[in-house]
Amino acid sequence: MMPSPLFYLLAALMFTGGLMVVFMRNPVSSALSMVLSFIGLAGLFVGLNAYFIGILQILIYAGAIMVLFIFIIMLLDLKKEDEHPRRGAAMAAGIIIPVVLLIQLAGVLATEQDSPKVPELMLQEQAAEYDKETIIHKRLADNRLPDVHLTGRKIFTEFNFPLQIIAVLLLVATVGCVALSKKQTKTVVKKLPAQRIPTIASAPDLTSKKND
Amino acid sequence: MTPTLNEYLFISGLLFAIGLGGVIIRRNIIVIFMCLEMMLAAASLTLVAFSRFNTVDGLPDYDGQVVVFFIITVAAAEVAVGLAIIVSLYRARQTINTDELTSLKG
Amino acid sequence: METLPWFLLLLPLASAVIIQLALKYSATASSMLSTLSVVVTFIISCFLIGSTAEGYQPWISIGGLDLGIGYKLDQLATGMMIVVTGIGMLVHLFSLGYMKDDKAKARYFAGLSLFMFSMTGIVLASNFIMMFIFWELVGLSSYLLIGHWYQKNSAADAAKKAFLTNRIGDFGMMIGILMLWGVMGTVVFADMNVGHFSGLCTCLTGAIILLIFCGAVGKSAQLPLHVWLPDAMEGPTPVSALIHAATMVAAGVYMMARVFLSLGITPENMEIIGNAPDVIAWVGGITSLVAALMATQQDDIKKILAYSTLSQLGYMVMAVGLIAPEAGMFHLYTHAWFKGLLFLGSGAVIFSCHHEQNIWKMGGLFKKMPITSITFLIGTAALTAVPFTSGFYSKEGILHAAEHAHNQPLFWLAVCVAALTTFYMFRLFFVAFLGQARDHGAEKAKEVPLIMWLPLAALAVMAFVSPWLSQSILPIAQSWDLNLHVMPPMNTAFFASIGAFTVGIAAAFVLYFGKDKDPVNIPLFRNKFYCDEFYARLIKYFQDALAAIIHFFDEFLIAGMIVGGLSRSATGIGNMFRRYAQSGNLNSYSFLMAAGVLLVIYFTVFY
Repeated sequence: MMPSPLFYLLAALMFTGGLMVVFMRNPVSSALSMVLSFIGLAGLFVGLNAYFIGILQILIYAGAIMVLFIFIIMLLDLKKEDEHPRRGAAMAAGIIIPVVLLIQLAGVLATEQDSPKVPELMLQEQAAEYDKETIIHKRLADNRLPDVHLTGRKIFTEFNFPLQIIAVLLLVATVGCVALSKKQTKTVVKKLPAQRIPTIASAPDLTSKKND
Repeated sequence: MTPTLNEYLFISGLLFAIGLGGVIIRRNIIVIFMCLEMMLAAASLTLVAFSRFNTVDGLPDYDGQVVVFFIITVAAAEVAVGLAIIVSLYRARQTINTDELTSLKG
Repeated sequence: METLPWFLLLLPLASAVIIQLALKYSATASSMLSTLSVVVTFIISCFLIGSTAEGYQPWISIGGLDLGIGYKLDQLATGMMIVVTGIGMLVHLFSLGYMKDDKAKARYFAGLSLFMFSMTGIVLASNFIMMFIFWELVGLSSYLLIGHWYQKNSAADAAKKAFLTNRIGDFGMMIGILMLWGVMGTVVFADMNVGHFSGLCTCLTGAIILLIFCGAVGKSAQLPLHVWLPDAMEGPTPVSALIHAATMVAAGVYMMARVFLSLGITPENMEIIGNAPDVIAWVGGITSLVAALMATQQDDIKKILAYSTLSQLGYMVMAVGLIAPEAGMFHLYTHAWFKGLLFLGSGAVIFSCHHEQNIWKMGGLFKKMPITSITFLIGTAALTAVPFTSGFYSKEGILHAAEHAHNQPLFWLAVCVAALTTFYMFRLFFVAFLGQARDHGAEKAKEVPLIMWLPLAALAVMAFVSPWLSQSILPIAQSWDLNLHVMPPMNTAFFASIGAFTVGIAAAFVLYFGKDKDPVNIPLFRNKFYCDEFYARLIKYFQDALAAIIHFFDEFLIAGMIVGGLSRSATGIGNMFRRYAQSGNLNSYSFLMAAGVLLVIYFTVFY
């Protein structure tokens, strides 16, 4: 469990990244700020002993999804799109709503006077629960948390069926991307500059890669 | 001195609020999409925090983490499809500015 | 024995349904089927004479109210069934000739079968709700048959008038039935008992009886709802004979007799229903007098007979009101045969004169149509209570009842009506059958075919023998005894009756014998006491005013302000939302959704 200063540092990193996503005018900057924000988030995950999720966060979001975003931004050549002057009313609404939400959240949290502290993990005591041959047993006996192994054990035993469903979902998403990116009706195609079509068609390939 | 559960929840709420503000403020549909991803990530943070703070037999409750795993997977699929839709939209309308995409106007 | 009454009820229905569904374009087959069904029902009802039985099929059960389709056979019902099916059969036979060339023969016979079904239902009904249902069905079939020649405006209007006028009476009757149910807790005739009335205010019990009587007023065409019956003569003449002379219009009297019999109201305990009997008797008496006066000045042969029917129905109702339902039923029973005879006879005359109905355009028919004329004369004799005809005995019975009840005004009123009856019937006879033919139709008239005069002959026989047959059919209840003697006792009633007849025929002879046009002209009678005009005015001003008020409420208050206002404000608010909220902008949608979520959180968590 990490100490508080580190927690605040990571939270501030995440917070700053988030604000930059919202307020950077250039979409590419926004996307890169989001990577920053997610690195902070991944740090928080690791601080919560969820190493596997933290790594996934970095790998998938920063590594795959952000690449995809940036790719599309580049593809659509959007640099100048967001240069309209911001409307005051939208700005005010976009600030007031989150602030009210946070106040409400704070109100709810304030009802809990002594917030629960982090409970200690009892690794060596749990080692006996698992077979001696398994890595989980050895790690636990070593007083190390076999995070990936435990998650995997959970996924492939209790959550096996949802896992299969998720696999089908990914397949469907892939097929959907292909269908969406195919050449559309003739009228639409005519409007498009010719050179854009092949590049767009390559988008679904990227999505399938990051599913690994 | 370690952070309490409330602090984690508040931080995740903060991230969610930033995402929500972005959705309301921004007019570039891709950035709006990014903000949505941030809101999703905020929810993940809550789940992981709860998983860690509710230990089962001295180990974190991995149910929460598995759900986060699924969320990330679904988010990835969603991004893929969403971006494909945005590309189609751009092809059809030549814009991704929400001010100009008002065909739902009553 | 248990199932026979069901056949009685279902055969005409089956006939009507089959004709309507399958034989619409096969006129001969449908007329044969309809006639066959009524012949079979007549035979069945002959078998059932004097038997008592009850049958029951459960239908609806709501709380304490059990409604069923059931029959209750007693002497009242079996006697009435003979009348209904007997005259029905003869009318069907007559119709085979009369309606031979009609284009809508199948529809006509389907209507007749439907009528037979509904009338049988009224007669057999074992509870009041069932009777009411068939009561309405009778009204429907009457409507269909009056409007048989609906291409004529007058026929369509007459049908509507009959239906609507009956509706008024039926509404009162429905309230009466519901009140009776409230008091008795049952609508089954067999379970009713006047004992339930004890301890209740006579105003309530009287009101119940009078409200039920409203139905009879409508159906039996008593004042003030009598206006539909003369107009109903727009229907084919056999229909007038069957429905508007012999059976349906008598249903009111039958129903009142049924109610009095079920309740067990006798002259001894009539105080329990207050003044209701007096009201009924006077309604009947006044109807008979007014109708007789109107009849003296009519020129249409069927209208004269229609008013005479009104007048005779008034007699019957009067008898019921004098708590002598046996006299009323007896008169109903004899009247049905001779009035059927008269109507069918007039039908034969009209048929021969090429649908000429004005008696002043007839004349001299006696030589050309001897059978019709003789049977018509027999009918007239029976109606005018010539001694030894059926009408003589039954009218005697009513006069006797009036005398017995010590009601001198009604007695003399009845005598007066008897004199008027003789007067207008012989006026009709002298003008239409004697003298010279006054029009082409009458000149070329010839005797009607066998199929048409056979029913006339049968009915003429019944005009003599029906009182004697009634001995086995009609002594309806043990308490009601009919003393029938070939030569009635020489009392006031007898002499009054003879005197009235003499006066009537003498006046008719002096005024009308050998005349070519009407020497008397009394506009008040000719115009039916201006009843129709009065109702037209009443409806015009009263109902129009009411309608205007209701229209105001409906149009401005309800439609304009409540319904319209609500819909307009909804439209307005919707438009506002559409214009300002539904901008099509993703950001504002997300803003609104987030605001909504915040509100939900506020109300669920903090409120």
